[in-house]
Amino acid sequence: MSRYVVRRLLIAVPVIFGISLVLFTILALAPGDPFEELATNPNVPPEVRMHLRSQFGLDDPLPVRYTRWLTSMVRGDWGFSFASRVNVDTLIMQRLPTSLFVLGSAQLLGLLIALPIGTYSALRPYSVFDQVATTLAFVGFSLPTFFTGLVFILVFSIWLDWLPFIYRADIAATGWRWWWENARQAAMPVAVLGLFQGATLTRFVRSAVIDVIRLDYVNTARAKGLSEGVTVVKHVIRNALIPVVTLLALQIPGIFTGAVITEQIFRIPGIGSLLITSILANDTPVIMAITFVFSCLVVIFNLIADLLYGWLDPRIAFR
Amino acid sequence: MSEAELRALVDRVRRGRLSRRRFLRLMAAAGVAGPLAARLLPMPSAGAQARPAFAPTRRGGGGPLKVLWWQAPTLLNPHFATGTKDQDASRIFYEPLAAFDADGNVVPILAAQVPSIDNGGVARDGTWVIWNLKKGVVWHDGKPFTADDVVFNWEYAADPATSAWTMASYREIDRVERLDSHAVKVVFKRPTPFWADAFCGARGMLIPRHVFEPFKGANSRDAPANLRPVGTGPYRFVDFKPGDIVRGELNTAYHVANRPFFDTLEMKGGGDAASAARAVLQTGEFDYAWNMQVEDDILRRLEQGGKGRIVVWPTGNPEHIQLNTTDPFREVDGERSSTKTTHPTLSDAAVRAALNMLADRGAIQEEIYGRGGQTTANFLNSPSRFYSRNTRWEFSVERANQVLDAAGWRRGADGIRAKDGRRLRFVFQTSTNAPRQKTQAIVKQACARAGIELELKSVVASVFFSSDPANPDTYGHFYADLQMYNVGMNAPDPQVFMAQFASWEIASRENKWTGRNITRFRSDEYDRLWRAAETEMDPVKRAALFIRMNDLVIGNVAVIPMLWRNGVGAATTRLQGMDLNGWDGTLWRLPYWYKT
Repeated sequence: MSRYVVRRLLIAVPVIFGISLVLFTILALAPGDPFEELATNPNVPPEVRMHLRSQFGLDDPLPVRYTRWLTSMVRGDWGFSFASRVNVDTLIMQRLPTSLFVLGSAQLLGLLIALPIGTYSALRPYSVFDQVATTLAFVGFSLPTFFTGLVFILVFSIWLDWLPFIYRADIAATGWRWWWENARQAAMPVAVLGLFQGATLTRFVRSAVIDVIRLDYVNTARAKGLSEGVTVVKHVIRNALIPVVTLLALQIPGIFTGAVITEQIFRIPGIGSLLITSILANDTPVIMAITFVFSCLVVIFNLIADLLYGWLDPRIAFR
Repeated sequence: MSEAELRALVDRVRRGRLSRRRFLRLMAAAGVAGPLAARLLPMPSAGAQARPAFAPTRRGGGGPLKVLWWQAPTLLNPHFATGTKDQDASRIFYEPLAAFDADGNVVPILAAQVPSIDNGGVARDGTWVIWNLKKGVVWHDGKPFTADDVVFNWEYAADPATSAWTMASYREIDRVERLDSHAVKVVFKRPTPFWADAFCGARGMLIPRHVFEPFKGANSRDAPANLRPVGTGPYRFVDFKPGDIVRGELNTAYHVANRPFFDTLEMKGGGDAASAARAVLQTGEFDYAWNMQVEDDILRRLEQGGKGRIVVWPTGNPEHIQLNTTDPFREVDGERSSTKTTHPTLSDAAVRAALNMLADRGAIQEEIYGRGGQTTANFLNSPSRFYSRNTRWEFSVERANQVLDAAGWRRGADGIRAKDGRRLRFVFQTSTNAPRQKTQAIVKQACARAGIELELKSVVASVFFSSDPANPDTYGHFYADLQMYNVGMNAPDPQVFMAQFASWEIASRENKWTGRNITRFRSDEYDRLWRAAETEMDPVKRAALFIRMNDLVIGNVAVIPMLWRNGVGAATTRLQGMDLNGWDGTLWRLPYWYKT
């Protein structure tokens, strides 16, 4: 087991290295200029821009820039943002709690929806409940989050005037009021992301449960007189969840990237909106750091998914 | 009207008893044309500031002020604030010696009064200016604001190693002398008619010496105060998250009595303009939203709720079409649009005149920009003393056809005009932006009716406006026949703005296309006029020089001005006192903002 982990980690190193090289090259080849605003302002002499470019090392050849980025990254120095001149790790750490809170709540909501509905649908396949749940699930994951986000804003903020649609990371209140305000502002983004996640997961839970419920050992459980509830909870769901758990692990990096648009719509100061504004401002060090973190997440969660699978299902051996 | 009467009137304007507009109207009644009348007036300085309508008797009590900038501020050092968003965010905490009002008048902020030739503050030859500082002003940390701080700001910004965006305003200064604890003498390297550049407006915000002294030059990036400002402004720093939110609280020691009105201030960033408009006009979640680049129709619909309103003010920024004087499709010495070439068809004055008549400014203003702009025939539109009355625009397909017929451009079998085998077919490029694509379509239709074919091209804004020398699609390369965008004037003085037609500013491979003369317009007369205006101290003669420059550019149809863009903001109905204008930042009157 530990040998397997070590081997996988060693393989991950060249993969991550390759990813960083590709990312860096694409960013360097992409058109755009972090000092665009200086270029269009007639009152700023071009020397200022030229000086900043050379000071920030933008005029050096690509291999030099890449090696410099890589060596400082290895030493734990993520560089600083061209736009705000703040260290990139500080910027990311400022945004991370908000992202984790919103994405975590959304994921939780998704699970809370998917588990009971998926299981119940599978227990009574092709019943009216299953038909309705399936239809809604299809609707749910075919609607893109930016669309549901806008519809939610229109309905709950503008027509009904119940919820604010601008998210604020620092609410000037304490105690219950703070919790209440936070719940109010997080309600829409969490619902948008959670319902989308829930819709996808419902389908997975349903098919996983259907697969398991037909197996002989379930019949055995019933035959020995266990109640339906115990059969389903202890014998069916536990086994059906194995593929679902691995799927969740694989989805986590996807959630981060998928929340980018939702964060932009609700002005949530999370990682995703940081990525968007950095891309628009051609702020290479920040884009590089975030995309790099995302790709590391993919690699790591793939490994975690594999390990989880083996741990949940002892029939699988690591070699 | 006798000379004595005239002098009396001019004097009344100077003392603020008579408005400039009223003066011009009186003169028009007496048969003196607008431009001439305007030239009679001195360059406004020390302008009589209109008294604010709201006179509170104590500080604060206004609750929170929540403003929304859909481009989020990223840093809070005014000398590094490259974008408007950062300048505005810095303005919450920092102040200049003087600011600009809507007519381009100088209004004292941290200065005790505005220097002028009359009060001995400005040299007759324009080589120096003396600023007397307001006494009793303290920084947010309690230290007094003195002449040393002013001197320091010059040293800080003029140092090339600092790479401050404000450098251009400060490097023309030879030295800043400390006369006493509250007076400085700014000595210029050359006579400077527009002395209110350094230390004024958005480029003039002052940072404290005692905080920034250790972080001058190359290590200026490391100053912790770049993110935790210590200024003299109406609000003290509370919290800043780059790219997200800026928060401030009332400065109890603010140097203007009974100001500001609001107890706390919050500037939220991010998102897009349309939803920012909603948050102010429809839900009232925020009090003010900046730069409403949203179609006017949508804004009008949002306004119907009655919770908020749109505020507009004129700026100096013309949305215009540039005509390439060089050949964009012939490569000479490794560059296209080289000054060694001339444009095969656009060099014909008749073609340029026809194009000028085919730009339907009226329809574009009405259908697309609405309150976002005013039609104009001039490149230089404001302040009003620089506005030329000698030009006019007309839209007439018929006349354009006549002009082209007369010049010998005959329609071919496909309806496109040609002469000597050269067809009137142009590539017309602009940045990707819905109003600009609609404008392109309107111009293309009119041109088609006159036998000119336009090929429309749109380039993503981040590429079009980039300064990448390797990218042929930037506006600076101008590898097209026509292109359209909007240039910022950003200062109430046109000297820098008008440099974009000077021959030494021509963008070329040699200067990596950083030159600002994009049309590659060349005229010895223009160069001479610009040089003369640079040192002309007589405001009347100087205004006449700029009007002449504008007329030269318009007469040659080097550019086709379309609209003179307005600044557009959204405010809740109760928010008052913003006094917005195109010469200074949105928050220049922040201490005077209030809610009814």
